[in-house]
Amino acid sequence: MIVLESVSFAYPEHDPVFVNLNWEVARGEAWAVLGPSGCGKTTLLYLLAGLRHPTSGVIRIDDQEQTGPRPRTGLILQDYGLLPWATAYKNVTLGLQIRRFYGPDGKHVMLPVHHPRYECLCSTIFLRLSLIQQEYKYPAQLSGGQRQRVAIARTLALNPDLLLMDEPFSSLDAPTRESLQNLTFELRAEEDLTTIIVTHAIEEAAILGEKIMILNQPPNYQPVFIKNPDAGQVDYRHRPAYYEMCTKLRQHLEVNQ
Amino acid sequence: MRRRDVLFGAIAILVIWQMAALIVNEPILPGPIEVSRAFIEEMRGELPQHFLVSTWRVVASVLLAVALAAPAGLILGQSERLNRLFSPLVYLLYPIPKVVLVPVILLLFGIGDFPKIIIIFLILFFQILVLVRDSAASIEPKTLLSVRSLGAGRRALFRYVYLPASLSAILTALRQSVGTAVAVLYIAELFATQQGLGYYIYLNGNTLFDYPAMYAGVVAMSLLGLGLYFTVDRLEHRLTPWKFVE
Repeated sequence: MIVLESVSFAYPEHDPVFVNLNWEVARGEAWAVLGPSGCGKTTLLYLLAGLRHPTSGVIRIDDQEQTGPRPRTGLILQDYGLLPWATAYKNVTLGLQIRRFYGPDGKHVMLPVHHPRYECLCSTIFLRLSLIQQEYKYPAQLSGGQRQRVAIARTLALNPDLLLMDEPFSSLDAPTRESLQNLTFELRAEEDLTTIIVTHAIEEAAILGEKIMILNQPPNYQPVFIKNPDAGQVDYRHRPAYYEMCTKLRQHLEVNQ
Repeated sequence: MRRRDVLFGAIAILVIWQMAALIVNEPILPGPIEVSRAFIEEMRGELPQHFLVSTWRVVASVLLAVALAAPAGLILGQSERLNRLFSPLVYLLYPIPKVVLVPVILLLFGIGDFPKIIIIFLILFFQILVLVRDSAASIEPKTLLSVRSLGAGRRALFRYVYLPASLSAILTALRQSVGTAVAVLYIAELFATQQGLGYYIYLNGNTLFDYPAMYAGVVAMSLLGLGLYFTVDRLEHRLTPWKFVE
Protein backbone atom coordinates (compact mmCIF):
# COMPACT_ATOMS: atom_id res chain seq x y z
CA MET A 1 0.00 0.00 0.00
CA ILE A 2 2.83 2.41 0.94
CA VAL A 3 6.16 2.35 -0.84
CA LEU A 4 9.10 4.59 -0.02
CA GLU A 5 11.78 4.49 -2.70
CA SER A 6 15.15 6.02 -1.85
CA VAL A 7 13.50 8.78 0.15
CA SER A 8 15.79 11.50 1.48
CA PHE A 9 14.65 14.44 3.50
CA ALA A 10 16.34 17.39 5.16
CA TYR A 11 14.90 20.55 6.71
CA PRO A 12 16.41 23.67 5.12
CA GLU A 13 19.87 24.40 6.51
CA HIS A 14 19.89 21.23 8.60
CA ASP A 15 21.56 17.86 8.30
CA PRO A 16 19.49 15.20 6.51
CA VAL A 17 16.94 13.27 8.59
CA PHE A 18 16.59 10.43 6.06
CA VAL A 19 18.99 9.30 3.36
CA ASN A 20 17.85 6.79 0.74
CA LEU A 21 15.20 5.26 2.98
CA ASN A 22 13.34 2.28 1.52
CA TRP A 23 10.24 0.92 3.19
CA GLU A 24 7.11 -1.02 2.24
CA VAL A 25 3.86 -1.26 4.14
CA ALA A 26 1.20 -3.70 3.01
CA ARG A 27 -2.52 -2.97 3.34
CA GLY A 28 -3.94 -3.81 6.76
CA GLU A 29 -0.60 -3.94 8.55
CA ALA A 30 -0.06 -2.43 11.98
CA TRP A 31 3.31 -0.69 12.18
CA ALA A 32 5.06 1.02 15.03
CA VAL A 33 7.94 3.39 14.42
CA LEU A 34 10.13 3.51 17.49
CA GLY A 35 13.01 5.83 18.23
CA PRO A 36 14.43 8.41 20.58
CA SER A 37 13.37 12.07 20.52
CA GLY A 38 14.71 13.91 17.48
CA CYS A 39 15.19 10.77 15.38
CA GLY A 40 12.76 11.93 12.69
CA LYS A 41 9.71 9.83 13.62
CA THR A 42 7.30 12.73 13.36
CA THR A 43 8.95 13.94 10.15
CA LEU A 44 8.36 10.48 8.67
CA LEU A 45 4.68 10.78 9.58
CA TYR A 46 4.45 14.25 7.99
CA LEU A 47 6.03 12.82 4.83
CA LEU A 48 3.46 10.01 4.76
CA ALA A 49 0.64 12.50 5.40
CA GLY A 50 1.78 14.64 2.47
CA LEU A 51 2.48 17.64 4.72
CA ARG A 52 6.19 17.57 3.86
CA HIS A 53 7.81 16.47 0.63
CA PRO A 54 10.94 14.36 0.18
CA THR A 55 14.04 16.22 -1.00
CA SER A 56 14.61 13.24 -3.28
CA GLY A 57 12.99 9.85 -3.84
CA VAL A 58 9.34 8.95 -4.13
CA ILE A 59 6.52 8.06 -1.73
CA ARG A 60 3.69 6.09 -3.29
CA ILE A 61 0.44 5.27 -1.58
CA ASP A 62 -1.90 2.96 -3.50
CA ASP A 63 0.36 3.43 -6.53
CA GLN A 64 -0.23 7.17 -6.47
CA GLU A 65 2.74 9.43 -5.95
CA GLN A 66 2.26 11.49 -2.81
CA THR A 67 2.04 15.21 -3.65
CA GLY A 68 -0.13 16.53 -0.83
CA PRO A 69 -2.58 15.39 1.87
CA ARG A 70 -4.54 12.38 0.64
CA PRO A 71 -8.30 12.27 1.35
CA ARG A 72 -8.23 8.82 2.96
CA THR A 73 -5.17 9.29 5.14
CA GLY A 74 -6.02 10.19 8.75
CA LEU A 75 -3.42 11.93 10.91
CA ILE A 76 -3.65 12.10 14.69
CA LEU A 77 -1.03 14.23 16.37
CA GLN A 78 0.40 14.35 19.85
CA ASP A 79 -1.73 16.75 21.91
CA TYR A 80 -4.58 16.01 19.53
CA GLY A 81 -4.62 19.17 17.34
CA LEU A 82 -8.24 19.92 18.26
CA LEU A 83 -9.68 23.39 17.76
CA PRO A 84 -10.29 24.92 21.20
CA TRP A 85 -13.17 27.06 19.94
CA ALA A 86 -15.13 24.18 18.44
CA THR A 87 -17.32 21.71 20.33
CA ALA A 88 -16.51 18.00 20.18
CA TYR A 89 -19.18 17.65 17.49
CA LYS A 90 -17.76 20.50 15.40
CA ASN A 91 -14.27 19.09 15.80
CA VAL A 92 -15.38 15.64 14.68
CA THR A 93 -17.20 17.02 11.64
CA LEU A 94 -14.37 19.43 10.78
CA GLY A 95 -12.96 17.33 7.94
CA LEU A 96 -16.44 16.92 6.44
CA GLN A 97 -17.11 20.64 6.78
CA ILE A 98 -13.83 21.43 5.06
CA ARG A 99 -14.68 19.12 2.17
CA ARG A 100 -18.15 20.62 1.86
CA PHE A 101 -16.55 24.07 2.01
CA TYR A 102 -14.51 23.33 -1.10
CA GLY A 103 -17.18 21.33 -2.89
CA PRO A 104 -16.22 18.65 -5.42
CA ASP A 105 -13.03 20.37 -6.56
CA GLY A 106 -11.17 17.16 -7.31
CA LYS A 107 -8.54 17.84 -4.68
CA HIS A 108 -10.42 17.88 -1.39
CA VAL A 109 -13.17 15.60 -2.73
CA MET A 110 -14.97 13.43 -0.22
CA LEU A 111 -14.64 9.67 -0.45
CA PRO A 112 -16.68 7.60 -0.94
CA VAL A 113 -18.83 9.73 -3.19
CA HIS A 114 -22.16 8.51 -1.78
CA HIS A 115 -21.59 9.40 1.80
CA PRO A 116 -24.45 9.00 4.31
CA ARG A 117 -25.67 12.23 5.83
CA TYR A 118 -22.91 13.14 8.15
CA GLU A 119 -25.15 13.67 11.17
CA CYS A 120 -26.00 9.93 11.13
CA LEU A 121 -22.42 8.98 10.45
CA CYS A 122 -21.17 11.11 13.32
CA SER A 123 -23.67 9.82 15.84
CA THR A 124 -22.52 6.29 15.00
CA ILE A 125 -18.92 7.34 15.56
CA PHE A 126 -19.76 9.12 18.81
CA LEU A 127 -21.48 5.97 20.02
CA ARG A 128 -18.59 3.74 18.96
CA LEU A 129 -16.01 5.93 20.71
CA SER A 130 -18.09 6.33 23.89
CA LEU A 131 -18.45 10.06 23.33
CA ILE A 132 -22.23 10.26 23.66
CA GLN A 133 -23.21 13.29 25.78
CA GLN A 134 -19.86 14.92 25.09
CA GLU A 135 -20.92 16.36 21.70
CA TYR A 136 -21.49 19.90 22.87
CA LYS A 137 -18.52 20.17 25.18
CA TYR A 138 -15.41 22.14 24.25
CA PRO A 139 -11.98 20.44 24.33
CA ALA A 140 -11.16 22.29 27.57
CA GLN A 141 -14.10 20.52 29.23
CA LEU A 142 -12.98 17.03 28.19
CA SER A 143 -10.48 14.72 29.85
CA GLY A 144 -7.25 13.80 28.04
CA GLY A 145 -8.68 10.42 27.02
CA GLN A 146 -11.89 11.99 25.72
CA ARG A 147 -9.93 14.57 23.73
CA GLN A 148 -7.92 11.79 22.15
CA ARG A 149 -11.15 9.94 21.31
CA VAL A 150 -12.46 13.11 19.64
CA ALA A 151 -9.25 13.31 17.59
CA ILE A 152 -9.69 9.68 16.53
CA ALA A 153 -13.39 10.27 15.79
CA ARG A 154 -12.51 13.27 13.61
CA THR A 155 -10.26 11.08 11.52
CA LEU A 156 -12.73 8.16 11.35
CA ALA A 157 -15.45 10.52 10.11
CA LEU A 158 -13.50 10.81 6.87
CA ASN A 159 -13.61 7.06 6.31
CA PRO A 160 -9.84 6.60 6.23
CA ASP A 161 -7.95 3.52 5.08
CA LEU A 162 -4.62 4.68 6.56
CA LEU A 163 -4.25 5.97 10.10
CA LEU A 164 -1.08 7.80 11.09
CA MET A 165 -0.64 8.48 14.80
CA ASP A 166 2.08 10.55 16.47
CA GLU A 167 2.64 9.64 20.13
CA PRO A 168 -1.12 9.57 20.49
CA PHE A 169 -1.35 8.21 24.01
CA SER A 170 1.84 9.49 25.59
CA SER A 171 0.21 12.06 27.87
CA LEU A 172 -2.53 9.75 29.18
CA ASP A 173 -2.71 7.79 32.40
CA ALA A 174 -2.05 4.04 32.19
CA PRO A 175 -5.65 2.67 32.24
CA THR A 176 -6.83 5.25 29.66
CA ARG A 177 -3.78 4.51 27.53
CA GLU A 178 -4.45 0.78 27.60
CA SER A 179 -8.13 1.19 26.75
CA LEU A 180 -7.27 3.44 23.80
CA GLN A 181 -4.58 1.04 22.61
CA ASN A 182 -7.20 -1.72 22.61
CA LEU A 183 -9.63 0.57 20.82
CA THR A 184 -7.02 1.27 18.13
CA PHE A 185 -6.72 -2.45 17.45
CA GLU A 186 -10.47 -2.97 17.42
CA LEU A 187 -10.97 -0.08 15.02
CA ARG A 188 -8.23 -1.39 12.78
CA ALA A 189 -10.08 -4.68 12.44
CA GLU A 190 -13.52 -3.07 12.05
CA GLU A 191 -12.56 -0.40 9.56
CA ASP A 192 -9.91 -2.40 7.69
CA LEU A 193 -7.28 0.19 8.50
CA THR A 194 -3.57 0.24 7.94
CA THR A 195 -2.05 1.85 11.03
CA ILE A 196 1.33 3.48 11.55
CA ILE A 197 2.00 4.66 15.05
CA VAL A 198 5.04 6.68 15.99
CA THR A 199 6.26 6.46 19.56
CA HIS A 200 9.27 6.76 21.84
CA ALA A 201 7.71 4.28 24.29
CA ILE A 202 9.04 0.72 23.93
CA GLU A 203 5.95 -0.80 25.57
CA GLU A 204 3.61 1.02 23.21
CA ALA A 205 5.57 -0.08 20.14
CA ALA A 206 5.45 -3.70 21.39
CA ILE A 207 1.68 -3.52 21.99
CA LEU A 208 0.66 -1.73 18.79
CA GLY A 209 3.19 -2.79 16.18
CA GLU A 210 2.90 -6.12 14.41
CA LYS A 211 5.94 -4.80 12.61
CA ILE A 212 8.31 -2.36 14.20
CA MET A 213 10.78 0.02 12.58
CA ILE A 214 13.53 1.35 14.82
CA LEU A 215 15.03 4.69 13.89
CA ASN A 216 18.37 6.05 15.11
CA GLN A 217 19.64 9.54 15.54
CA PRO A 218 19.65 11.08 12.06
CA PRO A 219 20.67 10.66 9.38
CA ASN A 220 18.72 7.38 9.02
CA TYR A 221 20.05 5.17 6.22
CA GLN A 222 19.13 1.68 7.25
CA PRO A 223 16.49 1.36 9.94
CA VAL A 224 16.07 -1.91 11.84
CA PHE A 225 12.87 -3.86 11.13
CA ILE A 226 11.46 -6.30 13.71
CA LYS A 227 8.46 -8.61 13.41
CA ASN A 228 6.09 -8.82 16.33
CA PRO A 229 3.23 -10.99 15.01
CA ASP A 230 1.51 -11.49 18.36
CA ALA A 231 0.81 -7.80 18.90
CA GLY A 232 -2.87 -7.04 19.19
CA GLN A 233 -3.82 -10.44 20.53
CA VAL A 234 -5.94 -10.50 23.64
CA ASP A 235 -3.80 -10.43 26.80
CA TYR A 236 -0.58 -10.05 24.83
CA ARG A 237 0.55 -7.41 27.30
CA HIS A 238 0.53 -10.04 30.09
CA ARG A 239 2.45 -12.73 28.21
CA PRO A 240 6.18 -13.51 28.48
CA ALA A 241 6.53 -12.94 24.72
CA TYR A 242 5.55 -9.30 25.25
CA TYR A 243 8.24 -8.79 27.90
CA GLU A 244 10.81 -10.50 25.68
CA MET A 245 9.85 -8.20 22.82
CA CYS A 246 10.27 -5.15 25.09
CA THR A 247 13.71 -6.36 26.11
CA LYS A 248 14.66 -6.94 22.49
CA LEU A 249 13.52 -3.47 21.47
CA ARG A 250 15.35 -1.91 24.40
CA GLN A 251 18.56 -3.66 23.40
CA HIS A 252 18.23 -2.42 19.83
CA LEU A 253 17.68 1.14 21.00
CA GLU A 254 20.66 0.96 23.38
CA VAL A 255 22.91 -0.51 20.71
CA ASN A 256 21.92 2.22 18.30
CA GLN A 257 22.61 4.94 20.80
CA MET B 1 -20.46 38.66 36.09
CA ARG B 2 -23.89 38.07 37.63
CA ARG B 3 -26.58 40.72 37.26
CA ARG B 4 -27.15 40.79 41.00
CA ASP B 5 -23.50 41.68 41.58
CA VAL B 6 -23.65 44.48 39.02
CA LEU B 7 -26.78 45.85 40.68
CA PHE B 8 -25.10 45.67 44.07
CA GLY B 9 -22.08 47.57 42.71
CA ALA B 10 -24.34 50.26 41.22
CA ILE B 11 -26.14 50.73 44.55
CA ALA B 12 -22.79 50.98 46.37
CA ILE B 13 -21.58 53.70 43.97
CA LEU B 14 -24.82 55.69 44.44
CA VAL B 15 -24.55 55.45 48.23
CA ILE B 16 -20.90 56.59 48.24
CA TRP B 17 -21.75 59.41 45.84
CA GLN B 18 -24.64 60.59 48.04
CA MET B 19 -22.44 60.48 51.15
CA ALA B 20 -19.68 62.44 49.39
CA ALA B 21 -22.25 65.04 48.27
CA LEU B 22 -23.48 65.44 51.84
CA ILE B 23 -19.96 65.82 53.23
CA VAL B 24 -18.71 68.26 50.54
CA ASN B 25 -21.99 70.18 50.55
CA GLU B 26 -21.03 72.44 47.60
CA PRO B 27 -22.82 73.08 44.25
CA ILE B 28 -19.87 71.43 42.43
CA LEU B 29 -20.94 68.01 43.78
CA PRO B 30 -24.71 67.52 43.65
CA GLY B 31 -26.10 64.18 44.93
CA PRO B 32 -27.45 61.41 42.67
CA ILE B 33 -31.09 62.36 43.25
CA GLU B 34 -30.54 65.92 42.08
CA VAL B 35 -28.51 64.70 39.10
CA SER B 36 -31.20 62.14 38.19
CA ARG B 37 -33.75 64.93 38.17
CA ALA B 38 -31.45 67.03 35.95
CA PHE B 39 -30.77 64.02 33.73
CA ILE B 40 -34.48 63.42 33.12
CA GLU B 41 -34.93 67.13 32.46
CA GLU B 42 -31.98 67.27 30.04
CA MET B 43 -33.14 64.17 28.23
CA ARG B 44 -36.16 66.19 27.14
CA GLY B 45 -33.79 68.83 25.79
CA GLU B 46 -30.59 68.59 23.79
CA LEU B 47 -28.83 65.79 25.64
CA PRO B 48 -30.14 62.92 23.42
CA GLN B 49 -28.80 64.71 20.36
CA HIS B 50 -25.32 65.00 21.91
CA PHE B 51 -25.52 61.40 23.08
CA LEU B 52 -26.32 60.17 19.58
CA VAL B 53 -23.51 62.19 18.02
CA SER B 54 -20.97 60.76 20.52
CA THR B 55 -22.31 57.24 20.04
CA TRP B 56 -22.00 57.56 16.28
CA ARG B 57 -18.40 58.79 16.56
CA VAL B 58 -17.28 55.99 18.83
CA VAL B 59 -19.18 53.23 16.98
CA ALA B 60 -17.85 54.43 13.62
CA SER B 61 -14.31 54.39 15.04
CA VAL B 62 -14.76 50.86 16.37
CA LEU B 63 -16.10 49.57 13.05
CA LEU B 64 -13.35 51.29 11.08
CA ALA B 65 -10.67 49.97 13.43
CA VAL B 66 -11.98 46.38 13.26
CA ALA B 67 -12.34 46.58 9.47
CA LEU B 68 -8.72 47.69 8.96
CA ALA B 69 -6.80 46.29 11.93
CA ALA B 70 -8.20 42.74 11.92
CA PRO B 71 -7.17 41.88 8.34
CA ALA B 72 -3.80 43.63 8.83
CA GLY B 73 -3.22 41.68 12.05
CA LEU B 74 -4.20 38.43 10.33
CA ILE B 75 -1.79 39.06 7.46
CA LEU B 76 1.10 39.93 9.80
CA GLY B 77 0.31 37.00 12.07
CA GLN B 78 0.35 34.54 9.19
CA SER B 79 3.46 35.80 7.46
CA GLU B 80 6.66 35.72 9.46
CA ARG B 81 8.47 37.74 6.80
CA LEU B 82 5.95 40.60 6.74
CA ASN B 83 5.78 40.57 10.51
CA ARG B 84 9.55 40.93 10.75
CA LEU B 85 9.35 43.85 8.36
CA PHE B 86 6.57 45.72 10.13
CA SER B 87 7.04 44.77 13.76
CA PRO B 88 9.63 47.53 14.53
CA LEU B 89 7.14 50.08 13.23
CA VAL B 90 4.29 48.66 15.30
CA TYR B 91 6.61 48.30 18.28
CA LEU B 92 7.46 52.00 18.18
CA LEU B 93 3.99 53.33 17.35
CA TYR B 94 1.95 51.15 19.71
CA PRO B 95 3.03 52.72 23.02
CA ILE B 96 2.69 56.35 21.85
CA PRO B 97 -0.30 57.83 23.70
CA LYS B 98 -2.43 58.72 20.68
CA VAL B 99 -4.38 61.30 22.66
CA VAL B 100 -1.43 63.70 22.42
CA LEU B 101 -2.04 63.77 18.68
CA VAL B 102 -5.46 65.39 19.12
CA PRO B 103 -4.27 68.94 18.26
CA VAL B 104 -2.33 67.70 15.24
CA ILE B 105 -5.23 65.68 13.90
CA LEU B 106 -7.64 68.54 14.44
CA LEU B 107 -5.30 70.86 12.54
CA LEU B 108 -4.89 68.34 9.74
CA PHE B 109 -8.53 67.28 9.36
CA GLY B 110 -10.37 70.38 10.58
CA ILE B 111 -13.81 70.40 12.16
CA GLY B 112 -16.55 67.80 11.88
CA ASP B 113 -16.79 64.15 12.90
CA PHE B 114 -13.88 62.82 10.90
CA PRO B 115 -10.93 63.98 13.09
CA LYS B 116 -12.68 62.65 16.23
CA ILE B 117 -13.28 59.30 14.58
CA ILE B 118 -9.65 59.18 13.43
CA ILE B 119 -8.28 59.76 16.95
CA ILE B 120 -10.31 56.94 18.52
CA PHE B 121 -9.62 54.77 15.50
CA LEU B 122 -5.85 55.18 16.01
CA ILE B 123 -6.06 53.92 19.59
CA LEU B 124 -8.27 50.94 18.76
CA PHE B 125 -6.38 50.14 15.59
CA PHE B 126 -3.12 49.35 17.36
CA GLN B 127 -4.80 47.44 20.19
CA ILE B 128 -6.68 45.21 17.73
CA LEU B 129 -3.74 44.91 15.33
CA VAL B 130 -1.36 43.70 18.02
CA LEU B 131 -3.79 41.26 19.64
CA VAL B 132 -5.01 39.77 16.34
CA ARG B 133 -1.44 39.51 15.04
CA ASP B 134 -0.24 37.77 18.19
CA SER B 135 -3.19 35.40 18.33
CA ALA B 136 -2.74 34.43 14.67
CA ALA B 137 1.01 33.97 15.17
CA SER B 138 0.56 31.89 18.30
CA ILE B 139 -1.70 29.27 16.72
CA GLU B 140 0.02 25.95 17.34
CA PRO B 141 1.78 24.64 14.21
CA LYS B 142 0.34 21.23 15.13
CA THR B 143 -3.18 22.60 15.00
CA LEU B 144 -2.51 23.97 11.53
CA LEU B 145 -0.92 20.73 10.37
CA SER B 146 -3.73 18.57 11.69
CA VAL B 147 -6.34 20.78 10.00
CA ARG B 148 -4.30 20.73 6.79
CA SER B 149 -4.19 16.93 6.99
CA LEU B 150 -8.01 16.98 6.90
CA GLY B 151 -7.78 18.58 3.47
CA ALA B 152 -7.76 22.27 4.38
CA GLY B 153 -6.04 24.64 1.99
CA ARG B 154 -5.43 28.33 2.63
CA ARG B 155 -9.09 29.35 2.43
CA ALA B 156 -10.33 26.64 4.78
CA LEU B 157 -7.53 27.36 7.25
CA PHE B 158 -8.64 30.97 7.25
CA ARG B 159 -12.31 30.04 7.71
CA TYR B 160 -11.89 27.35 10.37
CA VAL B 161 -8.73 28.41 12.22
CA TYR B 162 -7.58 31.99 11.72
CA LEU B 163 -11.02 33.61 11.69
CA PRO B 164 -12.30 32.13 14.97
CA ALA B 165 -8.94 32.78 16.63
CA SER B 166 -8.91 36.41 15.54
CA LEU B 167 -12.57 36.95 16.41
CA SER B 168 -11.68 36.18 19.98
CA ALA B 169 -8.69 38.56 19.83
CA ILE B 170 -10.81 41.37 18.34
CA LEU B 171 -13.36 41.11 21.13
CA THR B 172 -10.67 40.99 23.82
CA ALA B 173 -9.03 44.08 22.31
CA LEU B 174 -12.36 45.89 22.21
CA ARG B 175 -13.23 44.97 25.78
CA GLN B 176 -9.87 46.30 26.93
CA SER B 177 -10.08 49.51 24.95
CA VAL B 178 -13.70 50.78 24.86
CA GLY B 179 -13.09 52.61 28.15
CA THR B 180 -10.08 54.41 26.71
CA ALA B 181 -12.03 55.11 23.53
CA VAL B 182 -14.77 56.95 25.45
CA ALA B 183 -12.18 58.87 27.51
CA VAL B 184 -10.44 60.00 24.34
CA LEU B 185 -13.80 60.86 22.80
CA TYR B 186 -14.29 63.32 25.66
CA ILE B 187 -10.95 65.03 24.96
CA ALA B 188 -11.60 65.09 21.21
CA GLU B 189 -15.00 66.68 21.71
CA LEU B 190 -13.58 69.57 23.69
CA PHE B 191 -12.23 71.08 20.49
CA ALA B 192 -13.71 72.37 17.27
CA THR B 193 -17.25 71.07 17.75
CA GLN B 194 -20.58 72.09 19.21
CA GLN B 195 -21.92 68.59 19.37
CA GLY B 196 -21.18 65.54 21.48
CA LEU B 197 -21.13 64.75 25.17
CA GLY B 198 -17.60 66.13 25.69
CA TYR B 199 -18.70 69.52 24.41
CA TYR B 200 -21.92 69.30 26.44
CA ILE B 201 -20.11 68.52 29.71
CA TYR B 202 -17.53 71.24 29.20
CA LEU B 203 -20.15 73.83 28.19
CA ASN B 204 -22.33 73.21 31.25
CA GLY B 205 -19.44 72.85 33.70
CA ASN B 206 -17.06 75.58 32.62
CA THR B 207 -19.16 78.14 30.78
CA LEU B 208 -22.72 77.93 32.13
CA PHE B 209 -21.77 76.60 35.60
CA ASP B 210 -24.90 74.44 35.51
CA TYR B 211 -23.45 71.59 37.57
CA PRO B 212 -26.51 69.28 37.63
CA ALA B 213 -26.67 69.53 33.81
CA MET B 214 -22.93 68.88 33.61
CA TYR B 215 -23.39 65.75 35.71
CA ALA B 216 -26.29 64.70 33.50
CA GLY B 217 -23.72 64.76 30.68
CA VAL B 218 -21.25 62.78 32.79
CA VAL B 219 -23.97 60.18 33.47
CA ALA B 220 -24.77 60.02 29.75
CA MET B 221 -21.09 59.50 28.91
CA SER B 222 -20.81 56.80 31.59
CA LEU B 223 -23.90 55.10 30.16
CA LEU B 224 -22.31 55.24 26.72
CA GLY B 225 -19.13 53.59 28.05
CA LEU B 226 -21.10 51.01 30.02
CA GLY B 227 -23.37 50.28 27.06
CA LEU B 228 -20.38 49.66 24.81
CA TYR B 229 -18.67 47.53 27.42
CA PHE B 230 -21.79 45.43 27.99
CA THR B 231 -22.31 45.05 24.24
CA VAL B 232 -18.76 43.76 23.74
CA ASP B 233 -19.15 41.52 26.79
CA ARG B 234 -22.41 40.05 25.42
CA LEU B 235 -20.85 39.58 21.99
CA GLU B 236 -17.86 37.84 23.56
CA HIS B 237 -20.10 35.42 25.44
CA ARG B 238 -22.21 34.77 22.37
CA LEU B 239 -19.46 34.51 19.73
CA THR B 240 -16.67 32.93 21.78
CA PRO B 241 -18.50 30.78 24.35
CA TRP B 242 -15.53 28.39 24.58
CA LYS B 243 -13.59 30.97 26.58
CA PHE B 244 -16.12 30.90 29.37
CA VAL B 245 -16.56 27.17 29.95
CA GLU B 246 -15.49 25.63 33.21
